[in-house]
Amino acid sequence: MSVEPGGILPSQKARVVDSLQRLLGRDHVLYQPEDLMLYEYDGLSTHGTPDAVVFPLSTEDVVEIVRLAARERIPIVARGAGTGLSGGAVAAVGGIVVGFSRMNKILAIDLENQRARVQPGVVNADLSLAVAAEGYYYAPDPSSQKACTLGGNVAENSGGPHTLAYGVTTNHVLGLEVVLPDASVVHTGGSCWDRPGYDLTGLMVGSEGTLGIVTEITVRLCRKPEMVQTLLAVFDSVADATRTVAAITARGITPSALEMMDGFTLRAVEEATHAGYPMDSAAVLLIEVEGIEEAATEDAAQIEAVCGENLAREVRRARTSAERELLWRGRKNAFGALGRISPSYYVQDGVIPRTRLPEMMEFIASMESKYGLRIGNIFHAGDGNLHPLLMYDSRNPEQSRRVVQAAGEIITRCVELGGSITGEHGVGLEKNELMPVLFSENDLAMMRTIKSVFNPDGMLNPGKVLPTGKMCGELRVSAGAGGPGDERR
Amino acid sequence: MKATTAAGGGFVGYGPGEKPRWEEYSKCIHCGLCLNACPTYRELGLEMDSPRGRIHQMIQVDRGRLAVAESFVRHIDLCLDCRSCETACPSGVEYGRLVEAARGQIQEYYRRPAAFRLLQRFFLCQILPHPSRLEKLGKLLRFYQRSGAERVVLASGLLKLLPRHVAALAPLAPRMEKPFFTERLGAVVPAEGPRRYRVGFLAGCIASLAFARLNEATVRVLARNGCEVVIPAGQGCCGALQVHSGLRERARELALRNIRVFEDGGFDAIVTNAAGCGSVLKEYPQLFEHEQQAHYTAAQAFSKRMRDVTEFLDEIGLNSSFGRLERRVTYQDSCHLLHAQRIRSAPRNLMAHVPGINLIELKESEICCGSAGIYNVLHPEMASRLLQSKMKRVDESEADWIVTANPGCLLQLSAGVRASSRPERRVMHVIELLDEAYECNSASGRRI
Repeated sequence: MSVEPGGILPSQKARVVDSLQRLLGRDHVLYQPEDLMLYEYDGLSTHGTPDAVVFPLSTEDVVEIVRLAARERIPIVARGAGTGLSGGAVAAVGGIVVGFSRMNKILAIDLENQRARVQPGVVNADLSLAVAAEGYYYAPDPSSQKACTLGGNVAENSGGPHTLAYGVTTNHVLGLEVVLPDASVVHTGGSCWDRPGYDLTGLMVGSEGTLGIVTEITVRLCRKPEMVQTLLAVFDSVADATRTVAAITARGITPSALEMMDGFTLRAVEEATHAGYPMDSAAVLLIEVEGIEEAATEDAAQIEAVCGENLAREVRRARTSAERELLWRGRKNAFGALGRISPSYYVQDGVIPRTRLPEMMEFIASMESKYGLRIGNIFHAGDGNLHPLLMYDSRNPEQSRRVVQAAGEIITRCVELGGSITGEHGVGLEKNELMPVLFSENDLAMMRTIKSVFNPDGMLNPGKVLPTGKMCGELRVSAGAGGPGDERR
Repeated sequence: MKATTAAGGGFVGYGPGEKPRWEEYSKCIHCGLCLNACPTYRELGLEMDSPRGRIHQMIQVDRGRLAVAESFVRHIDLCLDCRSCETACPSGVEYGRLVEAARGQIQEYYRRPAAFRLLQRFFLCQILPHPSRLEKLGKLLRFYQRSGAERVVLASGLLKLLPRHVAALAPLAPRMEKPFFTERLGAVVPAEGPRRYRVGFLAGCIASLAFARLNEATVRVLARNGCEVVIPAGQGCCGALQVHSGLRERARELALRNIRVFEDGGFDAIVTNAAGCGSVLKEYPQLFEHEQQAHYTAAQAFSKRMRDVTEFLDEIGLNSSFGRLERRVTYQDSCHLLHAQRIRSAPRNLMAHVPGINLIELKESEICCGSAGIYNVLHPEMASRLLQSKMKRVDESEADWIVTANPGCLLQLSAGVRASSRPERRVMHVIELLDEAYECNSASGRRI
């Protein structure tokens, strides 16, 4: 059983900072309080101030940082752009944050073999931009893709609207270079699909920085499809929209994306982006199919028919790539759009089987009345990944408490319906105490055993993923934008 | 505001006056979508030099955890105020408003080195707002540049004797043109053909000296599009540099002067060719939110009629009797046009009317070139890093001409081109491209 370490002892700090500066140069080490307070938060919350933040430029730098940290017994937390939504990049118990913003080179692009080798700080969308002219792209597309890094995507096994057809990050990572807590460097996977031996790459992806620090990533690049058809189906009732989701897949059509927004959310989105969403509807589905021209056209026609059978008021097709981009901009900016109308919100991330969507929507509506809250709904409906957004004012502590309770009930309900506590945002320090809801003691024991093989002293990203046992079965929330305990408000 | 021991040392909290307010900064949900849109974050990779980080610092000052001291000032200073983050922000945070308020606080309550204060007062308060002083200085500078004295000084190393900021100014000083556009103040230029619109032209302070030819081209192009162009006397500096530097009281004085001058002209639109000026001119009401209602109302009436010249021409439908220009062209978005005024398609639409122009989209055209008003003077190192990144993208585009929409960008990109492997590349304003296309239509008519 590993001991969860604390941060740097005051007597250590000067020595450690001095060593880090000699290793990396003064410009690559932060240690003053006025700088460290900028690394207290990520996209979720403000939990924990690091003792130092360092910016390596190479794998060798990371090795030296890890060696120093091991010698001094200081925890290490890797950080990409800090856009994560489960607190994964936050130094929960202090220690050294290793920022990858300066390891942002694309090292090699091999289009013939559809792969690229990158440093972890490369921004997701920048990789797609680099190969766009040649007709390729990197498929996983989280809403934060214009800012989030591939290293962070690997840590969180990020998804996005197009995971329905393309899978999540793990389906696109071929190989990794990883620095382990003893400062050894290992290479997992490689550049081809199936490598002999254990699938260590699969183990690393989604381990949220608790098994090793990734310093190089080989990813798969996809060829842009010949044709993309983007449809917007408009409904007068939420139930009709949710029924349509399962009806589409029941026809044997796999859209590349199948997103749902409820009326409350889409009105906020429309105000913000003017994407052309109808202001008076109860829900919309954003559906995309792609492939060779004949197939995409046929699929789109079938989807229009299914939507009609399920009482869609209207189905629109984007005629130009600009129209398509506009529809997507609305969806990808949806979280922020709600930030415009509510001083704070708490975004949840749960999964259910898509066939259970109608009853889940009813349950969420009942939570609204039970707790007296507004809840906006944005779903990756095709794969049953829910993002209810609970609106509140963080200056109201009583309301903040109700938000956490309602979110807890929603997540519990997800598990009861045969789903999961997180679809793509990760466990981090938000949901680690909820892990026993989903996994048996044996399951968790196996995870602890694996963790102890890679990270025996618990020095990598302590306090994340696995339950600490200090709290029982609760969401640990400082809530999205300025929740209870959010240090910014 | 009180003295405590908050991080950074010195005073804590904001003083009286305009300041970053909860109603505005609480819209930030710290999602981080702005990070990769921010030029300084892209270069430095530091949260402190990102929009989210700067807002976090403003909040910490408000909460009393961080002082308005060296660290805070350094990071707020390093912001280009390019507002690229506003385009990226899904939450609708008005970052420009926040950073300008923070700078107002710094200007009021933080004591900068004496030399800095002296120079800032001299240029932004004693020279720019006074057209006659500015013109005298312009003449002096023009003589210095044209007599050969400049070459002697630059070669001699004399500049090393001056303080760093002053020395940095010398090679960046824009070329003074002859004649100055100030000679045209008070003129009314008739429309070509039937008059469709009556527009007021805001010529700009430095632009009237260093971009006189661009101003002439602007007037010509407007006239060719059926506009009677009035260039009212008494107009002056728009106040943009003062707003960006936190000199809000001075900016208000300048705004009122322009508002009065253009008030009763019966103009269908007030037009500028400088995106940086245009964004502040459109935001004059922000300066008067906490002032007399009458001033606020007048500012609103003024701003409602304010148009960037590309926006205006695109709105009224362009006269497209252009000659052919066989050129590979790329367009660098001017930040204050794209991000502050949200004008993306107008300049592109206009260029698409010109036969022969092959417009290649510049990768990362929405990222600042490093000009940002007087930023390249105050932060030469960051400005030159941004320019180098920009020139790499320009090289990839293999364009013959680089087109943009703001005088500051023209200066910065020209400096980039001069130092590049293709110094023959031309840098021009959208309007200059249109003007040339009109000219070559009438010229080719004669030639053939």
